[in-house]
Amino acid sequence: MRFRPGASGLALLAVCSLTLAACSAGSLGSSDDAGGSGAVEITYLTTNQDQDVKEAEQLAKDFHAKNPDITVKVETRPGGTEGDNIIKTRLSTGDMVDIFNYNTGSLFNAIAPQKNLLSVNDEPWVKDLDENFKKTVTADGQVYGAPLGGFMGGAVLYSIPVYQKLGLKVPTTWAEFMANNAKIKAGDPGVAPVIQTYGETWTSQLFVLGDFHNVSAAEPDFADKYTKNEAKYATSPAAVKGFEHTQAVHDAGYENKDFASAKLPDGLKMLATGKGAHYPILSGVVANMIATYPDAAKTVGLFALPGDDASKNGLTLWTPGGLYIPKTTEGAKLDAAKKFQAFVASPDGCKSQSAAGAPTGPYAVKGCTLPDDVPQAIKDMQPYLDKPGGSSLALEFLSPVKGPSLEQITVEVGSGIRKAKDGAARYDEDVKKQAQQLGLAGW
Amino acid sequence: MTVTSAHPQDRVDSTPAAKAAGGKVYTPYSFWFYLPTAVIYAVLFLVPTFASFYYSLTRWSLFESKFIGLDNFVTFFQEPALVKGFTNTLIYAVVTSGSKVVLGLLLAVLLTSRIIGRGYLRSVVFFPVLVSTVGVGLLFQVLMNPERGIINGALGVLGIDGPGWLTDPKWALMSIAAVDVWKGVGLATLIYIAGIVSIPREYMEAARVDGAGSWESFRRIVLPLCKPATVTVIILSLIGGLRSFELIWAMTRGGPGFTSDVISSVIYKQYQAGFYGLSTAGNVILFVVVTAIILPLSWFLNRKEVDM
Repeated sequence: MRFRPGASGLALLAVCSLTLAACSAGSLGSSDDAGGSGAVEITYLTTNQDQDVKEAEQLAKDFHAKNPDITVKVETRPGGTEGDNIIKTRLSTGDMVDIFNYNTGSLFNAIAPQKNLLSVNDEPWVKDLDENFKKTVTADGQVYGAPLGGFMGGAVLYSIPVYQKLGLKVPTTWAEFMANNAKIKAGDPGVAPVIQTYGETWTSQLFVLGDFHNVSAAEPDFADKYTKNEAKYATSPAAVKGFEHTQAVHDAGYENKDFASAKLPDGLKMLATGKGAHYPILSGVVANMIATYPDAAKTVGLFALPGDDASKNGLTLWTPGGLYIPKTTEGAKLDAAKKFQAFVASPDGCKSQSAAGAPTGPYAVKGCTLPDDVPQAIKDMQPYLDKPGGSSLALEFLSPVKGPSLEQITVEVGSGIRKAKDGAARYDEDVKKQAQQLGLAGW
Repeated sequence: MTVTSAHPQDRVDSTPAAKAAGGKVYTPYSFWFYLPTAVIYAVLFLVPTFASFYYSLTRWSLFESKFIGLDNFVTFFQEPALVKGFTNTLIYAVVTSGSKVVLGLLLAVLLTSRIIGRGYLRSVVFFPVLVSTVGVGLLFQVLMNPERGIINGALGVLGIDGPGWLTDPKWALMSIAAVDVWKGVGLATLIYIAGIVSIPREYMEAARVDGAGSWESFRRIVLPLCKPATVTVIILSLIGGLRSFELIWAMTRGGPGFTSDVISSVIYKQYQAGFYGLSTAGNVILFVVVTAIILPLSWFLNRKEVDM
């Protein structure tokens, strides 16, 4: 066969353009709008939860009203571990959008901020940030993120009408909590004492994660020792309680009948309609609940997860999410992204977020106030925050060690598949991989 | 009886390429003709394969990797979920593969008989194969909901209290396997239909003359002459079962807890958690395991075929 340069050249060209396209696909979308003089469009990546999207769009709208030449386009990604992967993959391939929302604390550390994110240390708004929040977006002494949303409490949401009907008192110890459950079960068989929704596995972890204030009240150095591989969930008498509590509500038959298949919206419905009394969950879901059941703003309250000691009982807090700019953002887009970040971290930004839906808790920016009509559940957080020693950050903000399988383990413990002690030991095995991946000393 | 079709074996030996092969191998294409595909093959297949062998020996965060020798494999084999994942994978593969062979053969016999609307029925049995696996998984997740699902609703009408198909640890894996069989049996049926149709009619006629009933002709003629089809079905469905993932992930995500985890979902969860080196090591192990099961099996089954 004769060699025909034309044909094979064409084939070679096709191959080369294929490989090239594979490498540069990410930048194709943004190459057309770089030439504009005044108008800039930046893309903001957030999670696809209803409330988050609403909030992002409200922020984009209010920001555009103040800065007419900058448009913020909202893009969404899934939450949870699937979202973690998207963030990591996009960062590592240099394919990240101009500004994005991601967790603070241990997950923030896992995306190599020094390498991938723009430091905001010298921005004027940084001095107005809450100290607790600042710690969770700091790596090697550099601050990298602005707060998005408010603090969240990991606590028990409860139905006020059920409490009033049965004449119950808000519990401050685990024994009181279980006594309330017994009364609810005996008083009204149509009401589930404890709502669990294992159809969405992350919701199963609150008895463990939300109990951390009680753990650190009993063992103040737990977080430090935990990071150094000296303290373990299975062997610490205070820490193992969270697993035991998960098992206890199952053993006593206090869970709703469909606990294994119910999902978060089912749980919120039960709580809002008085078909369930207690729901251990993050206060971040309150806005969602009220959007669907407006009455729940008044009929659902909140109390911290009860421990052994009533005098030390307090609230476990999650810090707001972070708003980060990747190092790949450049030029006019970078200026626009910085402006947007500063806007979110200002009282105007807080106002804009409150307009989009009920806040999840107090904001982390000085000068931001909660609107007067906050739901009862969020109001109930304030006394814990005002009391010295009445609240502490969740373990994931104090230690980078967090295992990926806790939600499966707590589902097993809460479904009676595995015993509490065994579950705690299994979780200790699980975090080992994370600690090794991070290259921590002592693992 | 005259043999109407030449045995395929005879033709293989007489291909012109084999005859022409002298000292130098003749090829109709020049070197340049191979180059484009060779480049694509190298860039998209060879490089990633060897890179994955390397990365399975590192602690890899996508941003940087550190060589740690065989530690990943040690960790992977210490993973408590792995033992469960392994047994579940084997159970799942054997159950789905076995069911597909039996059901596929029976359906094929039905659909090659003289029934009304045969062509239509044949396509109906194949439809589930064409539907997206994730879609099927999500649909059955709704159907199998213990409280609100239509399956338990129907059983309730009959007075049966249906189990939590996907939420009861005892049922979860088998429920997924049942859906997998429903979805995949069409392909097995198709392969068997092809196998049965290619059996020369003369054999059946001869058997009838000799006084064989329908069971006898099924057992003595259809079953043995369908052996190539059976081998194909077993191998395809066993490989499919060993590496099954989408359906399990869509229906239970390995849950409740870890009870319906298979090797692929264990690996996927490690990848999700950011243990990229560890999950790459898991994939290398999966590759070795699938090869170790399929190679001898394929050799064994094909040898039987020749003996027959």
